[in-house]
Amino acid sequence: MSFREEHELHKRRFGRNLGVALTLGAFVVLLLGLTVVKVTRGDFEPESVKVQTQ
Amino acid sequence: MSDASIHSQAPEQEASFGDYFALLKPRVMSLVVFTAMVGLLAAPGGVHPYIAFCAILFIAVGGGASGALNMWYDSDIDQVMSRTKTRPIPSGKVTREEAFAIGMTLSVMSVIMLGLATNWMAAGLLAFTIFFYVVIYTMWLKRWTPQNIVIGGAAGAFPPMVGWAAVTGGISVESVLMFTLIFMWTPPHFWALCLFMKSDYKDAGVPMLHVTHGRAVTRNHILVYTLLLAGIAIGMAFTGVGGKIYLVTAVVLNALFVLGAIKIWRRSDEACEADDHKVEKRFFALSLMYLFLHFGAILAEAALAPYGLGGW
Repeated sequence: MSFREEHELHKRRFGRNLGVALTLGAFVVLLLGLTVVKVTRGDFEPESVKVQTQ
Repeated sequence: MSDASIHSQAPEQEASFGDYFALLKPRVMSLVVFTAMVGLLAAPGGVHPYIAFCAILFIAVGGGASGALNMWYDSDIDQVMSRTKTRPIPSGKVTREEAFAIGMTLSVMSVIMLGLATNWMAAGLLAFTIFFYVVIYTMWLKRWTPQNIVIGGAAGAFPPMVGWAAVTGGISVESVLMFTLIFMWTPPHFWALCLFMKSDYKDAGVPMLHVTHGRAVTRNHILVYTLLLAGIAIGMAFTGVGGKIYLVTAVVLNALFVLGAIKIWRRSDEACEADDHKVEKRFFALSLMYLFLHFGAILAEAALAPYGLGGW
């Protein structure tokens, strides 16, 4: 009998870990996208700079 | 330690990722997503499509988080009712502590992220929605009064207001009317469900109207709320979110809905048992379509407005 024998429990745990990893990865990408949109729209620029550029 | 001993110590029904996702009540979340999206798209002004996507996602996560907290608090009730006993906590796949931790984490995260992505008015409304659903409805009203679903229904009515606030940064007559539409729709929708699932709530000790006051009183309430709802739904056609498409949709759907409520009101318990609550089940199915099409019409009005076809 092998100690490395795959159990149904391992598959379920792997699926759960993969799900958490993908969710966290997607959240990071989402934040990156949000930052890019906010910065390119000038949301973080001071009011004085916004007035000058208009 | 051998693999065999590790297996013997593991919970018999260990949760999969899907079980944790089920804590967020995906079906309820779909309604939240749809109504919040309509609120967001119907609002005057515009928002960057990516920010709109993020806003709807965070509103959905907030709604899901309140669902997880509801399952945490109501696990004792869920265990008794056949409709809910397969949920992750009563089925033994997820512990109450895990559900609480997930619910709280996602609640805080969704509110902060919505605030950062859009504005703090929308975030505040989302926070209030979660508070209202978990504390006011789940912890207080649900087990205390037969009017639980009337007042508690407000929690499900907030998403279009949050979507609207995400664009405008405020509250307006139109967003309050969208709130009112869902608020008035919830009681007849839920009471119709109760009429053909009565034993469940009785066993769980939840004071639903039909358990405390009987089925005849519940039928009266369905009719009264449906008539009030019809007035509000049709009246909305003449506001900023209405128009010809919405008016036609509202008149047809409300005529059908009132007709269904009258049919239910005229029925006896014997007639219900005889045809296995056919009329009540049909009314419940219509109620789902009712809300979807009303908000669909609001969305159509907003989408066609740039081409001069929406609105009045």
